[in-house]
Amino acid sequence: METYTFLRAFADSWMLLFLFVFFIGVVIWVLRPGSTETYEEPSSIPFRHEDKPAQRGEADAEADAKEA
Amino acid sequence: MGAVTETKGRNMTNYFKLIVLGVIALLALIAANYARDLAYLVNALTVALVAAGLFIWTLRKTDEPVPAVDLSGQYMDGVVRAGVIATALWGVVGFLAGTFIAFQLAFPVLNFDWAQGYLNFGRLRPLHTSAVIFAFGGNALIATSFYVVQRTSAARLWGGNLAWFVFWGYQLVIVLAATGYLLGATQSKEYAEPEWYVDWWLTIVWVAYLAVFLGTIVRRKERHIYVANWFYLSFILTVAMLHIVNNLSIPVSVFGSKSVQVFSGVQDAMVQWWYGHNAVGFFLTAGFLGMMYYFVPKQAERPIYSYKLSIVHFWALIFIYIWAGPHHLHYTALPDWASTLGMVFSIVLWMPSWGGMINGLMTLSGAWDKLRTDPIIRMMVISVGFYGMSTFEGPMMSIRAVNSLSHYTDWTIGHVHSGALGWNGMITFGALYFLVPRLWNRERLYSLSLVSWHFWLATIGIILYAASMWVTGIMEGLMWREVDANGFLVNAFADTVAAKLPMYVVRGLGGVLYIAGAIIMCYNLFMTVKRSPAVEATNSVVPAE
Repeated sequence: METYTFLRAFADSWMLLFLFVFFIGVVIWVLRPGSTETYEEPSSIPFRHEDKPAQRGEADAEADAKEA
Repeated sequence: MGAVTETKGRNMTNYFKLIVLGVIALLALIAANYARDLAYLVNALTVALVAAGLFIWTLRKTDEPVPAVDLSGQYMDGVVRAGVIATALWGVVGFLAGTFIAFQLAFPVLNFDWAQGYLNFGRLRPLHTSAVIFAFGGNALIATSFYVVQRTSAARLWGGNLAWFVFWGYQLVIVLAATGYLLGATQSKEYAEPEWYVDWWLTIVWVAYLAVFLGTIVRRKERHIYVANWFYLSFILTVAMLHIVNNLSIPVSVFGSKSVQVFSGVQDAMVQWWYGHNAVGFFLTAGFLGMMYYFVPKQAERPIYSYKLSIVHFWALIFIYIWAGPHHLHYTALPDWASTLGMVFSIVLWMPSWGGMINGLMTLSGAWDKLRTDPIIRMMVISVGFYGMSTFEGPMMSIRAVNSLSHYTDWTIGHVHSGALGWNGMITFGALYFLVPRLWNRERLYSLSLVSWHFWLATIGIILYAASMWVTGIMEGLMWREVDANGFLVNAFADTVAAKLPMYVVRGLGGVLYIAGAIIMCYNLFMTVKRSPAVEATNSVVPAE
């Protein structure tokens, strides 16, 4: 099969399916149970380090506190 | 981590820099000597001048002692300040060029005889589009992305002075492209006019930009990559891909500006509009959405309305935008299936666009009173409103039947400007008003009433622009297709041109209002730095001097 025909057939079958499934997967993943609480933390990122970078150990401590 | 890399070993690298700069200056002078056309000659001399200037500057620093300072405890804001200044200045230049060519269309006598071949509409038009999109918009994106990625990663920019290389390298791209246009160097691709050597240079600068941005994300102290950074990153990556593919060309001579495209015919047209529409999609939309997702929550002092929606918004936009390009090529040699594909994806694009608009607007829920008291949030909100409006208009115009009326008319120009002036311009102004007091450690802006003046001048300017272009666009589309009882066309092309004069004047006046607002902004920002009460710098481990 010539390259064009092959790529064309691949693009509108398997690749299309892959992209579509990936996208639906993202939407389902975003709406998974418990995601509302999970996303509270990243949505407040702009309000944390306006003035200067996280100092050594500071962010790690925050992360550890979350883990615990 | 990686704290003092910026100061170590600078003395040694200076020798290396001197060799590179010297070689570049020499090669540029040789190129200027053999130059086959004027644009190439001027560009080569510009490069030689810049390289020689940097050579002297580096030479004066060489072997000077460099104090080792640990800068990891503060953000790198110098380059953001430079970017803010460049954004404001290029903005005024671009708006001025646009307003002037608007009047050239209304009054052809402004295509002065003495400047024929340099300052006529055909030469100034790409200067205007590149100045507003790439110089104004590009600098705004680079500056805000550097600001946002540091704040949301809680880390200093990666790569030390590489960020400065990105900034100055990008300004060089702008200067080379702009002088080239006036002197006739163009590859005749809309929004991709710069010739091959400027394209190569931009590629180098862009890879450095990606490295700085990605490097900062990699060294982030926050666990999550904030959504604004996703948008910025997709903008940087996609623009790199688009730029390289659309500029695949072979120079006729290394000593001339002319190059020949690798693609030809309808393939070339499709690649061009795949580039062209995604330049809108990823440069003017994804990148500016990155700005929206940071500055709107900051100015409203509340987190984004729905973080979930922002993730869906991101992936939907990425997946859909890339296919929309063929709607620029309805009723051409492009196969019908391709133009149908472009049309369908353009219409589907409606949903993520409006999802993003809702997310931006609803961030103000519970704080709508700020609209009355805070002209900066008003600017951001109207910008998101224009985003919604032009992403409604665009899909509608991509429908083949509508396109048969709207294509090649001024309606398209009106649509582009409601997006560019409304969405890109207003969100950038909002970001500049947000940034300047913070970057220069001022308590507040010099004058909020001047911000209100800017807001109303710009808004009325856009309305004059968009409304006059709707009228003239639809009128001209109808005049072109009007046939008499015997099937003959009723109007000559010149009839439509004559009929458009009043609308062209109104459009020019809209531009005058818009640029007046921008000049007021520049004055306000300058006075903020000059006059507003200072506050103690917070971005510093050492107390401010």
